[in-house]
Amino acid sequence: MSRTVRATAFAGVLTLALSGCGGVGGGSDAGGGTATEGALSTMGFGFSDEIAITRVDAFKRDHPDVDLKVTEGAFDEQQFLSAVASGNPPDLVYMDRKLIGTYAKRGSIQPLTDCVKKQDINLDQYRPAARAQVTLDGTVYGIPEFSTVRVVYLNEGLLKKAGMTADQVNLADWAALPGLNAKLATVSGNRLSRIGIDPKIPEFLPMWAKANGADMLSADGRTARLDDPKVIEALTTGANLIQQQGGWGRFKSFRDTFDFFGAQNPLSKNQIVAWPMEEWFLNQAAKNTPTAELVVKPFVDRQGKPLTQSAGQAWVITKGAKNPDAACAFVKQMTATDTWMAAAKARADARKSAGLPFTGIYTANADADKKIFEELYQPTGNKRFDDAVATIRSVQDAAFAMPASPAGAEFDKAYYDAVNRVLAGQEQPAQALRRAQQEATAALDKAAK
Amino acid sequence: MATVTAPAPGRRRRTPLARREARWAYLFLAPWIVGFLVFYAGPMIASLWLSFTEYDVINPPEYTGLDNYRELMSDPAVARSLGNTVYYTALHVPLVMLISLGLALLLKRVGRLQGFFRTVFYLPVMTPAVAVGILFLLLLNTQDGLINRALGLVGIDGPSWTTDPHWVMPGIILMSLWSLGSTVIIYLAALQNVPRDLYEAASIDGAGAWARFRAVTLPMISGALFFTLIVNTIASLQMFTEVYTMYFGNRETQNSFNSDAASFYVIHLFQEAFQFLHMGFASAMAWLLFVIILVITLVQVKLSNRFVYYEGEDQ
Repeated sequence: MSRTVRATAFAGVLTLALSGCGGVGGGSDAGGGTATEGALSTMGFGFSDEIAITRVDAFKRDHPDVDLKVTEGAFDEQQFLSAVASGNPPDLVYMDRKLIGTYAKRGSIQPLTDCVKKQDINLDQYRPAARAQVTLDGTVYGIPEFSTVRVVYLNEGLLKKAGMTADQVNLADWAALPGLNAKLATVSGNRLSRIGIDPKIPEFLPMWAKANGADMLSADGRTARLDDPKVIEALTTGANLIQQQGGWGRFKSFRDTFDFFGAQNPLSKNQIVAWPMEEWFLNQAAKNTPTAELVVKPFVDRQGKPLTQSAGQAWVITKGAKNPDAACAFVKQMTATDTWMAAAKARADARKSAGLPFTGIYTANADADKKIFEELYQPTGNKRFDDAVATIRSVQDAAFAMPASPAGAEFDKAYYDAVNRVLAGQEQPAQALRRAQQEATAALDKAAK
Repeated sequence: MATVTAPAPGRRRRTPLARREARWAYLFLAPWIVGFLVFYAGPMIASLWLSFTEYDVINPPEYTGLDNYRELMSDPAVARSLGNTVYYTALHVPLVMLISLGLALLLKRVGRLQGFFRTVFYLPVMTPAVAVGILFLLLLNTQDGLINRALGLVGIDGPSWTTDPHWVMPGIILMSLWSLGSTVIIYLAALQNVPRDLYEAASIDGAGAWARFRAVTLPMISGALFFTLIVNTIASLQMFTEVYTMYFGNRETQNSFNSDAASFYVIHLFQEAFQFLHMGFASAMAWLLFVIILVITLVQVKLSNRFVYYEGEDQ
């Protein structure tokens, strides 16, 4: 079947059930060109801040013969697949690292073996967890960008009111968590007005499972281990913490009112005491509530050892990219140490001119982070935030990541659905995860064919 | 022996003027015909072919016969989403029709302010579906939503609209009533077209308000009722945007919570096609939905012959 017919057919599915879709490709005039010439198109990326603008400007400056076209906006599967189906994919796509395994297995993105060799990209500079997420069956398919990690935020003001200190909050002792939660949460009648501990499930279930010594997915991304008793125990622990605070309905509806991006965040409004979250909230807190009594601690496993889960975006080069050489040069420069350094400087300057503290940027490039924090970062003088930065840096190397999987989206859906059924009171953890195991295994087996 | 056959009655040879007019008519119709063939008929035929294949959008499709349809019949997720969609349609359509008719009857009596209220009722239809989804997530919030607060004023402890599987669908149906304005406007137009002398004649015959409504109003607007029945049924079976926004809209929302109870057929189809890359299976799902809609519509049309009155009919 020709590409045209397939593209037509592809539109047909939506014609029957939806209202249609559109694709954005690289443009028909995207010439091949030599190393770094010609048209180059991207998808899934945007000029959201100085970090993005500075790095793209650096590429444009160093590659004046490349006509870069950035189609702004978050990665959209429908848009990407439309472009692929129509035979007109962009050269580069910026996507969540957890999607890479699926697209690599299907052959829609290129192995970067040649690119890494030609451009002499040093893969060792990227953090191991990030590298694992862009590697399927030993082949690298993406170059990692940012690296988010998860830490535990504590509202020390509220802890003091409860007669505690931050050091007394011990997330390693799961048996004591219900008692701690009861002490910190405020539930009166049917109303929850303060969350004690938010386990952040289903999103953070892999981290709770890891803390209990279980990997939900094998390292090769092909075998689900969702019915492992340790995963069941992790889900039971998280679900009980929520149940204790009025049940999922109350808990979620209260949490839905939170605004983590403004001055009226749950920290300043004393709506939550302890919660694991990505490190980016520190930037928001520094910007919006610099006087908050915030303490940041590492998430820990059951032995008390620091643990965190890493995630983030990566650049991939599509199969059928018209200018793979320029694309390769682009990904190299966007993630290179010097480029990150320039971007971090732009961020620090912007923060300085706004009278706000610079709390660093956290990339998947360990060398870049080292340079940024050694040469650019200055302690703010606010001990709480300076300690928080140190904590975040300290856990970067303790990070694990969900491995690349050929059925990553279906695997995620299987365990999210399981957690949701438990939270909604429809199933017990063991029952829900057994069903999820079957669903995930079926999807992984099918994808492996 | 030669035989001369007279032209059959009714098959008169068209005049040059008529032929020229026909040519112009086809010319003016051409954009629609071309659009239909290119954007509807072609993709539909191609998707029918794809429904018999394993196709991930990226690699060429492989013919698998009826495998997708067999899998459709045995997939509990498909059955669940179809069940939810039928449940929604069975409640949403009659509710919209009843409430819209009630509002249209009230609007007809308003008099000079009718234009104002007509606009007010229609305005929500203009709200983007995504905005409606987000708005209702706030309105249906268990602790702080306006709806549960209002219920609290009369001593009712409102349910968990968005997290309790038993209340997710009623919450969605409540949201769907937001945009009944277009049905109201259609009914209002139909009501205004009912000849006044029919009511006068019925009154002279001693008919009360209910009898006039049953014997005059309903038959006279039955065409509009039938039209909205068909249109709302089809739209309900294709429900997507608002619910997708509320429960599946982005990775973060999806990661937070979505319930089996909110899994509609077209949402499941979309996930199969674009998230799991099972485009062949999704094509089969689309055709199953097409057949269901076709059957339901044909049944409705068949039944309409007995219940719907069109102006100009002899009866």
